[in-house]
Amino acid sequence: MTCDEAKILLHALLDNELDAGHAREVEAHVAGCPACAAELAAQREMKAVLADTKLHYTAPPSLRARIEASIPQARPQPSRRSVLRGFAMGSAVSALAASGVVAVVLRQDDQQRILSEVVSAHLRSLQAGHLIDVVSSDQHTVKPWFNGKLDVAPPVIDLTALGFTLVGGRLDYIDARAIGAVVYKRRQHVINLFVSQTTSTERRPPRTQTMQGFNCRRWGERGLNFWAVSDIGGDELAEFVDKFEAAMKANVEG
Amino acid sequence: MPAIDDQQKAERFREAALPYLDDVYTLARYLLRDASDAEDAVQECYLRALKHFDSYRGPAMKPWLFAILRNVCNAEYARRAHRPSAIEDTPGAAEQTPMWQENEASPETAVLRSRDAGAIRKLIDALAEPFRETFVLREINNLSYREIAEAAGVPVGTVMSRLARARAMLRAAWTAEEEQAR
Repeated sequence: MTCDEAKILLHALLDNELDAGHAREVEAHVAGCPACAAELAAQREMKAVLADTKLHYTAPPSLRARIEASIPQARPQPSRRSVLRGFAMGSAVSALAASGVVAVVLRQDDQQRILSEVVSAHLRSLQAGHLIDVVSSDQHTVKPWFNGKLDVAPPVIDLTALGFTLVGGRLDYIDARAIGAVVYKRRQHVINLFVSQTTSTERRPPRTQTMQGFNCRRWGERGLNFWAVSDIGGDELAEFVDKFEAAMKANVEG
Repeated sequence: MPAIDDQQKAERFREAALPYLDDVYTLARYLLRDASDAEDAVQECYLRALKHFDSYRGPAMKPWLFAILRNVCNAEYARRAHRPSAIEDTPGAAEQTPMWQENEASPETAVLRSRDAGAIRKLIDALAEPFRETFVLREINNLSYREIAEAAGVPVGTVMSRLARARAMLRAAWTAEEEQAR
């Protein structure tokens, strides 16, 4: 790698945008090049100072009101009295909403960190010999293997007939906890399905995010959090999740 | 019943797009460097977004709103007389300058002192347009490279080189100011 390339790629390294292979290349170059090492350190420092500074602007309330007013209202025009009452309510509601926004932002940060751990675990699993602890395409072999190793054994469902081959299971670590990973293959592509216990029993619909070129679809159901990670396309991964969910529902009800 | 549909659409739009108002306003402030122009642009952006909400298919609301805001701002640039920026004037010349040049002049890595937000905003405002935009989308609005590429309509490679250049220029201007202060 030349210095010209490194001077661009080191930013992608700082931003966590590089895949493992490129990250190693940049790190190797930086290790042997004092100029690029100094640049990386300087940019890391600037990024840290910027992160500590409030550079966001807040939209003026008058702008918010104008935009609100330009979106058609669902209800007929209220009387003046109820406008006043609505205003008092409105500020209570928006205070709540504001704190809700904070919670959502925090949770997203947290989820972003967990997502990056999930993707790292997926990457680790792709290295030779790390993919599977118990090799079996039989769900009745894989499922009991987890018993005793985890508080809650993940649901293991064979989807071979539906185009996703069950190849085995593995213990992994996400967010400093041991969790189960059920491994599937679609053609030659590996799908890791990470399952962890959660205190929330609320159902969270599946959502796909992309990180470092991997698709990750996560959802929550029956007190479990699921992350399906793979390099297959987003629509194929969605198909996998749909089939998994349908089969799980059938298992529970049947 | 179309009236009900419209109401539902408005409600969905409200839920999906309004939470990003501060983000959109922030980008508008950095792109236009003027508070009242930014307000106008953001309002126009939300009007257009609502109008085109039917055809919105994802992937994410924030980059979609940013892409609309960019179009609004480009119209504003076209209307406005060109304002020269302090650090770099012509993007073309900037791309040709080797970007590590600034650091060769001062090889030791001077430690940046924390500055108040106003001073840093000024330094960012002084960056030339395509670099400022890329920098703000990444560092302040937290978009991924792919999302920036999508919002700005350029390849990811261009995003990477602009970002590297923007950060090098910002850091050079920042250290230069600190030198002067000493």
